[in-house]
Amino acid sequence: MGEAIVITSGKGGVGKTTTTANLGTALALQEKKVCLVDTDIGLRNLDVVMGLENRIIYDLVDVVEERCKTHQALVKDKRFNDLLYLLPAAQTTDKSAVTPEQMKKLVDELKQDYDYILIDCPAGIEQGYKNAVAGADRAIVVTTPEKSSVRDADRVIGLLEKEEGMAPPKLVVNRIRNHMVKEGDMLDVDEVAAHLSIELIGIVADDDEVIKSSHNGEPVAHNPNNRASIAYRNIARRILGESVPLQPLEQEKDTFFTKFKRFIGMGR
Amino acid sequence: MKQSQNVVIKGTKDGLTLQLSDKCSYNELIAELTEKLDAVTKEGENALITVTVQTGNRYMTEEEKEELRQLIRQRRHLVVEDIKSNVLTIDEAVQWKEENEIVSYTGRIRSGQVLEVPGDLLLIGDVNPGGTVMAGGSIFIMGALKGMAHAGCYGNDEAVIAAGKMMPSQLRISNHLTRSPDRYDEEEITESECAFINEAQQLVIDRLQVLKYLRPDLSTFKGGF
Repeated sequence: MGEAIVITSGKGGVGKTTTTANLGTALALQEKKVCLVDTDIGLRNLDVVMGLENRIIYDLVDVVEERCKTHQALVKDKRFNDLLYLLPAAQTTDKSAVTPEQMKKLVDELKQDYDYILIDCPAGIEQGYKNAVAGADRAIVVTTPEKSSVRDADRVIGLLEKEEGMAPPKLVVNRIRNHMVKEGDMLDVDEVAAHLSIELIGIVADDDEVIKSSHNGEPVAHNPNNRASIAYRNIARRILGESVPLQPLEQEKDTFFTKFKRFIGMGR
Repeated sequence: MKQSQNVVIKGTKDGLTLQLSDKCSYNELIAELTEKLDAVTKEGENALITVTVQTGNRYMTEEEKEELRQLIRQRRHLVVEDIKSNVLTIDEAVQWKEENEIVSYTGRIRSGQVLEVPGDLLLIGDVNPGGTVMAGGSIFIMGALKGMAHAGCYGNDEAVIAAGKMMPSQLRISNHLTRSPDRYDEEEITESECAFINEAQQLVIDRLQVLKYLRPDLSTFKGGF
């Protein structure tokens, strides 16, 4: 029996879809059987980020309206040997095409065959959000260190905490720009975590490689050397229950100058 | 032997006191009251006299009270100050209890959430920006108030708001309102503060210690130590 995790944020554009794609990839790399479900009906793009757009035959709405079997709608990720699947959202209708009850039934069905079901939630707290949350056992809230995004995350956490049978949500702080945090132009991770007061499960630096890999339809988590990829892989390991310390954001090279500064007591 | 009276009128230095018996029927009472008031009115006084009505253990509905007021007010120089009764309905008692008790809640009020209580509120936790706490009485917050707090929300100017870290987006007491400065310096806020309405009818924030003198009724502790 698998576990369903909804990835949500309230605000749009903070990286829910990217996080879903990369966590799915990272979990599959850990030899787990994963199914990604895109619930952003009408504005789907998890398939694009995964590079699976041109393989879609049936979608989520076809499944709930029983125009096809569930397994027929699942798109297999060729980069893995039978480990990673995607259930794409429909593009031609809207969120009202599916009810929370139907979603719960669908997710319960998928839980029989998969270790992890990652549900990509649409922005907002209306019907689409309710659908996405309906079948989930756990929730991951994604936020960027911006006030607007933290405010919306706070709202969503409030709603998630009222959800029955759901474990306390976990937090991912995404797209951290270290130089801006240092200048005080952005909230730092501690501030965000203290404000939202839920468990922090990962921090991801803002990295051009993430955008590039979405553009190419190949999640960055495939790249073993990128810092964002490592962050996603670490989150996946934490989901699996491993205790992995949070990676420091700075990747400052130990140059002669920094060593010298530290030596004379100026550096940290 | 003289029949005991259902209506006793007593004169005090504050005006008249009408003691109504709770043993007779309501109709008997009204009849006797009308008769006695007529007798009083004949004296032809012009100065206004305030009247306090005591109904003893008789429960009177709002309509009956209104009828009583009407009856007394018809005599030009009489003004009803208060109708006192020894009894309450259970509903009124519950309402009275709710309005006078301190309700406590442990947790964080997040953006979009509204916590409302009829009496005083003790919040053991924070109010995040976008969150709202409302109380018919005063609001006491152990943590940081970063959202909105509305004390005395049914119109009680005596209500106060106290918080461990006072950095609200907005404060309201009764129908007074104040907005926060556009920026807070979190390091500057080191002690608990309270908000109240001062003599000039302005909502102000001050040190917690001033409450002892401004709102002595907040202490319900009796006795010395």
